[in-house]
Amino acid sequence: MQVSNAISLYNCQSADVKQIPVVVINKFRDSIIEAVESGNRIVSFFAAPAGAGVFVIYAVLADDNSGKLYALSSRVSDSYPSLTPDCTQAHLFEREIAEQWGIKPVNHPWLKPVRFHSSYMKNQDAWNRNTKEQILPSVMDFYKVEGEEIHEVAVGPVHAGIIEPGHFRFQCHGENVLNLEISLGYQHRGVEQALIGGPNKKTLYYMQTLAGDTTIGHTTAYSHLIESFSGSKVSLRAQSLRGIALELERLANHTGDLGALAGDIGYLPTSSFCGRIRGDFLNLTALMCGNRFGRGLVCPGGVGFDISDKNSETLAEKLMGYKKDVEVAVELLWNTPSVLARFEETGIVQPQTCKELGLVGVAARACGVEIDCRYNFPAGIYSFMQIPVSVWNTGDVFARAYVRWLEIQRSIAFILDQIKTSQPGQIKTDCKTAAAGKFCVSLVEGWRGEICHVAVTDSDGSFSSYKITDPSFHNWTGLAMALRDQQISDFPLCNKSFNLSYCGHDL
Amino acid sequence: MIFLKILNTVLALITAPLLLGIINRTKAFFAGRNGQPLLQPYYDIWKLLNKGSVYSIATSRIFRIGPVVGFSVVLIAAAIVPFGGLPVLLDFQGDLILFAYLFGLSRFFTVLMAMDTASSFEGMGASREVTFSALTEPALLIGLAAIAKYTGYVSLAQIFSSINFDAWLNAAPAFILIGFAFLIVFLSENSRIPVDDPNTHLELTMIHEVMILDHSGPDLAIILYSAAMKMWLLGAILTGIVIPVHSDNVFLNVSAALLFMLLLAVLTGIIESSMARLRLLHVPQLLIGAATLSVLALILILR
Repeated sequence: MQVSNAISLYNCQSADVKQIPVVVINKFRDSIIEAVESGNRIVSFFAAPAGAGVFVIYAVLADDNSGKLYALSSRVSDSYPSLTPDCTQAHLFEREIAEQWGIKPVNHPWLKPVRFHSSYMKNQDAWNRNTKEQILPSVMDFYKVEGEEIHEVAVGPVHAGIIEPGHFRFQCHGENVLNLEISLGYQHRGVEQALIGGPNKKTLYYMQTLAGDTTIGHTTAYSHLIESFSGSKVSLRAQSLRGIALELERLANHTGDLGALAGDIGYLPTSSFCGRIRGDFLNLTALMCGNRFGRGLVCPGGVGFDISDKNSETLAEKLMGYKKDVEVAVELLWNTPSVLARFEETGIVQPQTCKELGLVGVAARACGVEIDCRYNFPAGIYSFMQIPVSVWNTGDVFARAYVRWLEIQRSIAFILDQIKTSQPGQIKTDCKTAAAGKFCVSLVEGWRGEICHVAVTDSDGSFSSYKITDPSFHNWTGLAMALRDQQISDFPLCNKSFNLSYCGHDL
Repeated sequence: MIFLKILNTVLALITAPLLLGIINRTKAFFAGRNGQPLLQPYYDIWKLLNKGSVYSIATSRIFRIGPVVGFSVVLIAAAIVPFGGLPVLLDFQGDLILFAYLFGLSRFFTVLMAMDTASSFEGMGASREVTFSALTEPALLIGLAAIAKYTGYVSLAQIFSSINFDAWLNAAPAFILIGFAFLIVFLSENSRIPVDDPNTHLELTMIHEVMILDHSGPDLAIILYSAAMKMWLLGAILTGIVIPVHSDNVFLNVSAALLFMLLLAVLTGIIESSMARLRLLHVPQLLIGAATLSVLALILILR
């Protein structure tokens, strides 16, 4: 639905910053609340300093039905009435803005730090903390349930497995989880601040490592932005190669996840084989560019490496083989009653919760919500080639696993099709410097879900602000909700079924 | 005679960790891997014995006593459980009750050790262990009672020497039921799939493993060794029921029993390779099922 007081944009369409309506905060607030109520999603919401204690707050909303994005802004100084009481989707964004710039959302029901760093503005802190004291991660008031039979379990930051650090606080009644609160921020590197003033030589490297397992996704989103700012045309060949790489990334991660899910429930066959097949898929990315995670493949203007006919034949041939392997390994899951008994009705997220929180990607599609940037906001090769949206409607671990399986099959079909039809051509064009005073939103469906990059350029075409929203940022709260009234012993399984990024969230 | 008595206990002491090695190799085979060396459990225990122990300042003496109690318990049990028709070092009327409650004592100390660390994980593990063992115990005790009733003895050595092929011909249904009940007890007490997952690294899902998270060095070695012994002893009970070979040739008897133990380890490996672990909420159903099998066997025998 149309959003009032906002400019309408398409994915990767740049507009003059001046064209973005600046409205008073109450109007800004009402527009967003109304838009979200009528089915739009908040894809980005951030603040940027505008001099002399004033900040501009930008909001980007997405209308999945029409494929349009809406941007609006407002000016605030040190506080504004919070949106969260009337619009749940804004809750983490508002906490983030409060932490970064010291702008206080008044009446925010849950105003706590997100990443535990000091405010970017000296002498402006949302909690009036002492600026000299070091801010320690996860030191805050956690949600607490009281009572004699209640016990608290604290997991992390260093915890089982070899994944990243994060802190999880469970309030339990016996084996039952009443509430889970997730506190991250251990991986905060200040990437967004470091990007300001770019693009420069470092920028692409930051993009490749925003979330190490989503290199292609993030570099593609970034490249789309730069190409839009400079008005560059990317050849079909390059777009096709980017598509293949993005789907290979999806294949590797989805396969790895299905194996890890099997591992968490002690189901050996799938766990062992999927671990190996994930490596096989990663090696296909290495075949394209020499790096298993696709570093250096996608760059503004096109791709860094072309694929020779011989290599593309090898890729197709190997992919056909892995397709059979992965089918055998994964079909076992759906045919084993003991596996289904663990997957089904575990960690259910209701479609209502999903919409209220604005979940994205696999987690949302597993609740029957049909959103997929490749379909709703197509850019690059997906403007020419559609991939069907894979959904399942039970919202449980099974659904999240099964959606992955559907996507694996469709991604394989897509890659094989691309290899067959892709014509040789130029792989890279030089991008001119970005235009001055522009604003652009770029959405890419990474394997976890919607990746959103928003950039604003200043008068000489360099970034005056750069906002990255990894799908994990939306979905961590979904995991916390999925654990309500579940068994604490099912937490690892639920966690794996979301498999969210810690560094992608912390940035 | 005394040689054979000692052999019965020594066989358990020497061979116990091998069962774990066989299970691991079986699982590796099904996963398409080479797997760890067959003797890896021995290497692990040896490695741990040569390390130092770390004790948390939150723990008391109980924490240090626990592993020793656990080991003493399996030593005594190894003296009363006959394997492959060998004579035992120790037997008296009613030692089957002692056998069942020796493990109870060991569990009591394991739980105390876990609580002693004041870790929320270990507390949860202890709570799970106690809940599930309360359900496993009836299956074991009623099963033993059924055999005791059938044979008319209350000493393990006498019971197992009087189970023979004739007994199987007379009361096959009851023995089959007890066999299945004890298989479930075997899997549950040794924290194997479908009850527990010995390979998991996820503290929140563990039962037995989580209770010993704070142990290190020789303490951990003793705990691992005692656990292997427990597996051997419960396996020996199952062997005594399923393979009642009592020929004059001791070598033949022991070989048959060893062969069955090998098969039992392989079977455990196959079960772990072919099914997922049960949801924790559903474990009691399995254990109550085992107890029901034992009760049915008792009814069949009392009939």
